[in-house]
Amino acid sequence: MTYPIKLTDKDLLLKAIRMRRDIVEMVHAAGSGHPGGSLSSVELLITLYNEFLKHDPQNTKWEDRDRMIFCKCHITPAIYSILSRTGYFPPEDLLTFRKLGSDLQGHPSRFHPHGMEMSGGSLGQNMSIATGVALGLKTQGKQNRVYGLTSEGDLQEGQSWEAIMSAAHFRLDNLTVMVDYNKLQIDGHVEDVMGVHPLDEKFKSFNWHVLIIDGHAITQVKEALAKAQTLKERPTAIIAHTIKGKGISFMENDAGWHGKAPNDEDLKKALAELDEQEAKLSSLNPTP
Amino acid sequence: MEREMMLTRQGWADALKELGRQDPRVVVLDADLAKSTLTCQFKDEFPDRFFDMGIAEQNMINVAGGMSLTGLIPFVSTYGVFVSGRAWEQIRTSICYGQLNVKFGGAHGGISVGPDGATHQALEEITIMRVLPNMKVIVPADYYETYKAVMAMKEMEGPVYIRFGREKVPTVTTKDTPFEIGKAYSVREGTDVSIIACGVMVAEALDAAEFLQSKGVSAEVINMHTIKPLDQETILKSAQKTGCVVTAEEHQKAGGMGSAVMEVLAQNHPVPVEMVGIDDTFGESGKPSELMEKYGITSKEIIEQALKVIIRKKNKN
Repeated sequence: MTYPIKLTDKDLLLKAIRMRRDIVEMVHAAGSGHPGGSLSSVELLITLYNEFLKHDPQNTKWEDRDRMIFCKCHITPAIYSILSRTGYFPPEDLLTFRKLGSDLQGHPSRFHPHGMEMSGGSLGQNMSIATGVALGLKTQGKQNRVYGLTSEGDLQEGQSWEAIMSAAHFRLDNLTVMVDYNKLQIDGHVEDVMGVHPLDEKFKSFNWHVLIIDGHAITQVKEALAKAQTLKERPTAIIAHTIKGKGISFMENDAGWHGKAPNDEDLKKALAELDEQEAKLSSLNPTP
Repeated sequence: MEREMMLTRQGWADALKELGRQDPRVVVLDADLAKSTLTCQFKDEFPDRFFDMGIAEQNMINVAGGMSLTGLIPFVSTYGVFVSGRAWEQIRTSICYGQLNVKFGGAHGGISVGPDGATHQALEEITIMRVLPNMKVIVPADYYETYKAVMAMKEMEGPVYIRFGREKVPTVTTKDTPFEIGKAYSVREGTDVSIIACGVMVAEALDAAEFLQSKGVSAEVINMHTIKPLDQETILKSAQKTGCVVTAEEHQKAGGMGSAVMEVLAQNHPVPVEMVGIDDTFGESGKPSELMEKYGITSKEIIEQALKVIIRKKNKN
């Protein structure tokens, strides 16, 4: 099957719930991992991988595919879920996450699982990789688009801004970077640890197009990704305001869930909440 | 002995130009030092395949990594201190762990950089590059060897680091001397002591061997142009023949080429070894020849260490 495909908002939201289920189950089974920032990125990834990214899970080397480079690579539960659920590998493998011999490393290797374009885990580096991929494609006259997913933690690294500067310098309008702006990091609130505000002004002053959205509103994510494809001469940053731990009430807006695994009781509660969300959604009529 | 003096960085630039002509996938990135590393010559011939990344080495290296993911073959160039040191973790995590096909040119290696002083004299690259899985490390002896090494780097998939210097150095190979990454060879046969050298120290070692010959000492000189993968066979064969070794490099003794040689010897065929190199210190400003003299990386030092190690061998037997 080749992406992008068209889905109803209801279908996308159902996929989002399934992705959140994968995330809590994987981190629970592994006994470690990063649920908070995985949950905040769900709508961004669901929308991108289904409706915008040109890719074919059965043909990972397809010349014409778009490239997705993850800058925030600690969110492997989200990354592996979206790859698996779009067909790169069987969902049964998800529970091998972080175990010895598994393809699903704590932070990803570019060699596995299928669908990973680049390794990652050391922040700041992959904004440059995304820039290099976009520059390499453009130099060869290719039309493929390049997407990135970053976070304010990744943007605290100086190298990210070297990359942002160079992407604008080379006029890489084939590059779109989404910022999963959830305002929390390991040590607490981003603005208390090391403020990055105002991100929109920073990107603008580095000569990027900037779009600001609610990163959990599917319609806004779609609109921004569609708009980014039309913007020329400069790369585009989509600053997506998000909620760390989104979708699991007791994980929301709590830095403690950055890198903590839910215990059996937490998992039960989380899955019950997701079941409830799903039941509520299923009772609604399909949206156009 | 009189030898033609040539720039190793010209070997880098000439090979890049030739590679540019042979293969459209070859691109070159520099960090505002193109006139110094001589990649400006590639830029003149292939302006669309040259990228000045400004003074931002970490970004440069990962941009090169990204370009390699699109099928290009990026050669990255700046001073050795900055490429190997400032961007070490980028090379480790993105390039080496990811096995990305990026080639590194570390210019201005060694203390012979001269008047720029300690900040610009790269003396640690061999150590910090050879410790990285998937990395290859080459320290060519002269212009011709640099040229051949750069041509060979392109044919080798994955990351490769090559070090070259600022000053003209004596030519010790010819256009026709065979070169293979990972294959050392003896430049001069001998039986009493093995002098294993890389870079400009191959010429110093040959001068030392010449002098030792006049004193009745037969020294073998091995050009260890590739530090990784290290040619164990050539090291062991020579050590078994001579029974003692002097290593010589324009680099910190700790962890460098000499250390790599000793790792092989200690595990397979322990013999007395003495090292010539920088002794756990930074350099300073001065003329290249003054600095080589002051910091003990000359043929004179090699001669002293050779005589010393031969005595150790005799005492041992």
